[in-house]
Amino acid sequence: MRDLDFSDEPPRFKGKVITDQLAGSITRVEELAYIIRIEEVMTKTLITISPDAPMSDVVELLREKRISGVPVVENDELAGLISTEDLIKCLINGELNSPVRKYMTTDLVFLNSFDYLTEAMKTFARTGLGRLPVLDENKKLVGIITKGDITYGFLKALEHDYHEEEVRRYRASHLFEDIESDRTSLILRYVINHYDFMHGGAASSNIKKALLRLGAHPQLARRIGIAVYEAEMNLIIHADHGGSIHVEIEPHQISIYAWDDGPGIEDVKEAMKPGYSTATEEIRELGFGAGMGLFNISRCVDEMKLESEIGKGTQLSMKVYLKDDESVGEGYQSEKE
Amino acid sequence: MTLDQIINNLDLEILTAPKEAGEITPTSGYISDMLSCVMTGAKSQSLWITLQSHNNIVAVACLLDVAAIIITEGAKPDEETIKKAAEEGVTLLSTSQNSFYIVGKLWEMGLRD
Repeated sequence: MRDLDFSDEPPRFKGKVITDQLAGSITRVEELAYIIRIEEVMTKTLITISPDAPMSDVVELLREKRISGVPVVENDELAGLISTEDLIKCLINGELNSPVRKYMTTDLVFLNSFDYLTEAMKTFARTGLGRLPVLDENKKLVGIITKGDITYGFLKALEHDYHEEEVRRYRASHLFEDIESDRTSLILRYVINHYDFMHGGAASSNIKKALLRLGAHPQLARRIGIAVYEAEMNLIIHADHGGSIHVEIEPHQISIYAWDDGPGIEDVKEAMKPGYSTATEEIRELGFGAGMGLFNISRCVDEMKLESEIGKGTQLSMKVYLKDDESVGEGYQSEKE
Repeated sequence: MTLDQIINNLDLEILTAPKEAGEITPTSGYISDMLSCVMTGAKSQSLWITLQSHNNIVAVACLLDVAAIIITEGAKPDEETIKKAAEEGVTLLSTSQNSFYIVGKLWEMGLRD
């Protein structure tokens, strides 16, 4: 938030190194500037003064309410704005008895209550003013807004975002806790298309993220991510009709099934050997087909079974057992981090 | 040795900006163009040096939590790949030098694991 400024230029273009974290929050703030309306953050309890009141009343009002400016209203209409600056001019002239009308600013810049914060920020930047009156669609004064109100509005919205994310995380990491059954599990299904290198790794990335959300230890999520990735790429490269991956998550074990009705593997035992590959030259150029896939999987999981029949298809099942302190969806996350 | 220093010393082009490059300290390195070998060999928080530049390197880096990918010999990933890397928080760096030179430099700088 320290970089929330009101210049016309977005902060990211100010020619300085902005860390990713900062960029992230700025992006959200920029987004919020187009989501939050002025009426949501403006001060609605209006303190106003009549143009006929003496300037001495302004002194009292500013002191009493601890504010630095007040809108001047005549016959329910905004007539001007009077601020400390105007007051100083008045004091210099020693005219505390003269009416507000004489010293108020009438060259009025105002905002519409239905506009977004970005409008307010632009107007603050353009005019250099500290506060702006806000009018509704009938041009009636409904509030006043300062840069401070905007900053506070952003902070509140960001805090809300943060809180929501916390709640979501908490809920996910306790998913299994309140559900009673003899055996509860969560099944994630992914369809994998043949030669879809564009989306290669999408299923495994999503599974890894899901596990992290469920409170899995990062080490465990990584291990399962690698195993699923290899299975996923095998389907993309070899399964000529594509295939599917199911991941069944239970608190104490994760089972992964990858199957296809593709060409099948001629010699399963041979295929398990590191370095054995049937991938084409084209596939190898992309960096696949090192013959390490199945071997990698065997390193990452506790149990692995590969069944295949030529012309029928291939089924690969993998299991990972979780120790008590590794269980997912039972709220262990907080202790791990 | 931070990622920042490595980027400066090796004059690497930044394709996707690293998060807090001054605070990331790669602990090891791995060089291979075969993705499965990388899956086996690259440790978490390592630097991966490769001349592969297609979009699957992002998925691999993401699964392995590598600190950054250095793409060598001037190979340039396409827009989609760069976009995906940015989304997934994967740091992509590029250089016109070859992998041997980059690894040699990293070794000189003290990255020897």
